[in-house]
Amino acid sequence: MGCEPLPEDRREVVHVHRVEVALGGRTVLHDVDFRVGEGEFVGLIGTNGSGKTTLLRAILGLQATTAGEVIVAGRPGRRGGPVGYVPQRVAFDHDVPVRVADFVALGVDGTRLGLARRGRGVRERVEAVLASLELSALAGRRIGALSGGEQQRVLMAHALASRPRLLLLDEPLANLDLPRVHETIAVLDRVRRAEGVAVVLSAHEIGPLVPVMDRVIYIAQGGVACGTTEEVVRAEVLSALYGHHVDVLTVHGRVVVVEGEAGDPGAHPEVVVR
Amino acid sequence: MHWLVEPGFWSNPVVGTALVLGAVVAVVSGAVGVVVVVRGQSFAGHALTDVAMAGGAGASLVGAAPLVGFLLAGVLGGGSMEAAGTERVRDRDVATGVVLGAAAGLTALLLYFVSSSSSATGSTQSVLFGSVFTVSPSVVPLGVAVAAGTLAALFVVRRPLLLSSLNPELAAARGVRPRAIGLAFVVVLAASVALSALVIGAILSTALLVGPASAALRVARGLGGATLGAIAAGVAAVELGILASYDSFYWSSAHRSVPVSACVVGVILVEVALSALWSRARARRG
Repeated sequence: MGCEPLPEDRREVVHVHRVEVALGGRTVLHDVDFRVGEGEFVGLIGTNGSGKTTLLRAILGLQATTAGEVIVAGRPGRRGGPVGYVPQRVAFDHDVPVRVADFVALGVDGTRLGLARRGRGVRERVEAVLASLELSALAGRRIGALSGGEQQRVLMAHALASRPRLLLLDEPLANLDLPRVHETIAVLDRVRRAEGVAVVLSAHEIGPLVPVMDRVIYIAQGGVACGTTEEVVRAEVLSALYGHHVDVLTVHGRVVVVEGEAGDPGAHPEVVVR
Repeated sequence: MHWLVEPGFWSNPVVGTALVLGAVVAVVSGAVGVVVVVRGQSFAGHALTDVAMAGGAGASLVGAAPLVGFLLAGVLGGGSMEAAGTERVRDRDVATGVVLGAAAGLTALLLYFVSSSSSATGSTQSVLFGSVFTVSPSVVPLGVAVAAGTLAALFVVRRPLLLSSLNPELAAARGVRPRAIGLAFVVVLAASVALSALVIGAILSTALLVGPASAALRVARGLGGATLGAIAAGVAAVELGILASYDSFYWSSAHRSVPVSACVVGVILVEVALSALWSRARARRG
């Protein structure tokens, strides 16, 4: 299941080319193929266990592919490429003795060996990133002392500090209340425009992302379907992706995706689109 | 001043050597200890002291300097522990426990041979409890060189080490190799343990590694402050411990002095208790 080529006006940042990933002998991703363009905001939507994290890790070079290849900024994807990463559910212990500003600085120079002190360029970049994520007031606090939502925002700053071309966020909205969800999305939208960084954000709910997303990559049964929300979140597209019948219902102006046949006890609403 | 410093303390060359070597060792232990606590590797540090202990006992048996034995065994044992080690916390815990038990058993066996051979009197004492008053001045240059090398290595790897300690996945995504960094750190840790085993003995060297560091981490806000605090607390503990041990000779008419290691650990315990009270008071203030 492939995807449409990029819009003409976008330069490619990542090309996931016919990638297959097997974990413990089970094929988790099969013939996954899509591109993401410079500065695009893409939602990677799927249920828990659909392979979202595996796909993000494959782009990062943390997960070996069994077939296909990942091209990041024109080069074969490898660890240490121009990709920022915010993993799922990172929680720092309350006594971790690292200040927010120092942790964000590690986003720039955390891979560097050597005796040299942290330069002024790094410190200025840290200040700018903290400011753009509205974190300046927390710069001197210990990361462990922050709330979960604040820690996640700090992880975004860490990921952005090295000026990546692509920012991957794994379920960053999962544990936030709705106002925080909207706030986080708004901040990401602003940052990607300011920095020209492409954003790929995985989520199991599509609704809050619709206003800012350029495209959806819907992942199910090891394959993907992509396009705009209107193109992808339709009964015939998702049914083809799932390999069985899926209903897309509009209820009071919200779109509900229901997997499974009528009367199937496993059927449950899965994706809600406002 | 007599009530504080008993006569001869400043003029005694043995004391001078002890103070210098003790300070050097405390600086290394403090700096390394902060990373050990942040990485949650206190247990691995303790296992390394047991491995080092076996090396020290072996060195005594063949008549080599204990520091050489501590170092060789620590680096080899720690390196193989890390190389065989896994990412999973529980597996690492079990592997560490197995190594610890095996090393302690080997130590007991070697020390049995040492104590039954008349040529090495006092070796058991110095391996277990340190020998800072009896250390030969010729060991001091080696000790200082090892300390300098250890500190330099720690300083060079500090950023990738911190990043992979905070989150191995993030570090790996950025291109840091957490296994390589972990291996480098375990060698640093082994060298640090070997040094502190020399001063306060293998049994108690975990205390010097973890105690000042954990106290400083409670008080300081950032990592730099914690490292300086751990170094200061460690140096204070060792120097005060040496002073107390020296003075204790005059405390009773029987003239039996308290070992340095016990005095150092006593000071460390006071420091840890004070830091706990301090952080509790700060938490209450809000």
